[in-house]
Amino acid sequence: MQAVPPSTAQVWDWLAEVPDPEIPVVSVTDLGIIRDVRWQDGTLVVAVTPTYSGCPATAVIDLAIEETLRARGIEHLRLERRLSPPWTTDWVTQAGREKLRAYGIAPPIDGTASDGGTAARAARLSGRSNLAVACPRCGSGATERVSQFGSTPCKASYRCTDCLEPFDYFKCH
Amino acid sequence: MPSLPDMGTPDVMALARAAADAQPHPHDPHVADLALRPAFFDWLCRMGDNALILGHRLSEWCGHGPALEEDIALANTALDLIGHAQLWLGLAAEVEGQGRSADDLAFLRDTLKFRNVKLVELPNGDMAVTLVRQFLFDAWAFGMLKGLATSTSPRVAGIAAKALKEVSYHLERSSDLVVRLGDGTGESHARMQDALDRLWPYAGELFAADAVDEAVAAAGIAPALADLKPDWQRIVDEVLAEATLTRPEVRFDVHLGGKQGRHTEHLGYILAPMQFLQRAYPGASW
Repeated sequence: MQAVPPSTAQVWDWLAEVPDPEIPVVSVTDLGIIRDVRWQDGTLVVAVTPTYSGCPATAVIDLAIEETLRARGIEHLRLERRLSPPWTTDWVTQAGREKLRAYGIAPPIDGTASDGGTAARAARLSGRSNLAVACPRCGSGATERVSQFGSTPCKASYRCTDCLEPFDYFKCH
Repeated sequence: MPSLPDMGTPDVMALARAAADAQPHPHDPHVADLALRPAFFDWLCRMGDNALILGHRLSEWCGHGPALEEDIALANTALDLIGHAQLWLGLAAEVEGQGRSADDLAFLRDTLKFRNVKLVELPNGDMAVTLVRQFLFDAWAFGMLKGLATSTSPRVAGIAAKALKEVSYHLERSSDLVVRLGDGTGESHARMQDALDRLWPYAGELFAADAVDEAVAAAGIAPALADLKPDWQRIVDEVLAEATLTRPEVRFDVHLGGKQGRHTEHLGYILAPMQFLQRAYPGASW
């Protein structure tokens, strides 16, 4: 047991080194899924919110957080699952967005989450993207959606019609 | 005889369960309400079983989709729904208070104890059947979850707010595809109309209220099912018109009973492979 427990600010710094298992260039703090870090009666409590309800990475993320903090000497640790308020891509940090783009994934465009509405269907069905998703490779805005889902629940598949590169778009959620 | 999985690997699922159990829950007066318990439990099983069985059905397409993108999209939708099932059944198990878990409810109940509507257990058929079934369900789930976001149960409202974000996206996708295929080629149009004619008599069960639905509605936990119908009808009519499909003239509430545990013969054939491992190796985990 450490004589003086590390500050929560220190713990946040350590958590900033825990990579997302699916997109390892971003950390769990870049994604905004760490909702709270606090000491409670000598136990470190870390509140984590899931990105998507069924995201299989959730359990792996918990394990990575646990391993990282134990390696830093934290003995008494509790992870909390926090469902409300639900995670939104608005919580992805600016640094996280830049890392996504550099990695080849177009970052989410705020304010464009699906509302189940039908208003934009004509644009979607015409084959044109209804969102101004810029190609992360060449920066062109001439892109089209190939599929509403990509390799993980958080992404959609796009294609750049200028440089012809296919890429993932991190959906606004 | 299949061998057991390697038990030396980190038990990430156990860790996830422990984290979920450690969830600090807002105070919810309904969870400990003994008088309401049987109806609340049953209703939560209906929400969970609809998501679980439809999610399982969609997962059957994995590796069989007509195009890679469709295959991936169906698998991702299945993943979302199975996530919703975990949340609903987890709360159901807690409300029941018998020490069961979401996994126990999913893997150790028999057909008569399942509470999903018959619509979601019907075989996948072709893509037309899969997509029309999805659209009819998504349009209902969208309205239901929106209504639940203002539930008097904070636990229910929390799950609904999470699930609604995903179901909104599902509805966008399924309605887009109903339009694309309905207003597509002669072949795709004919298949979509045929799927709609076949599935329509099952859709009404989503709105058929019984004593369980009335009890949770009276407690302010869930909206009255009848109140969801106008919006559902509007979405369905709008999308079908755009898809050049004709809404069947026949009654839509013909095939009832799934919510009370009286299922089609198809449910048993879903549960057999789904439950095999836990039945053959009780408590197995990896």
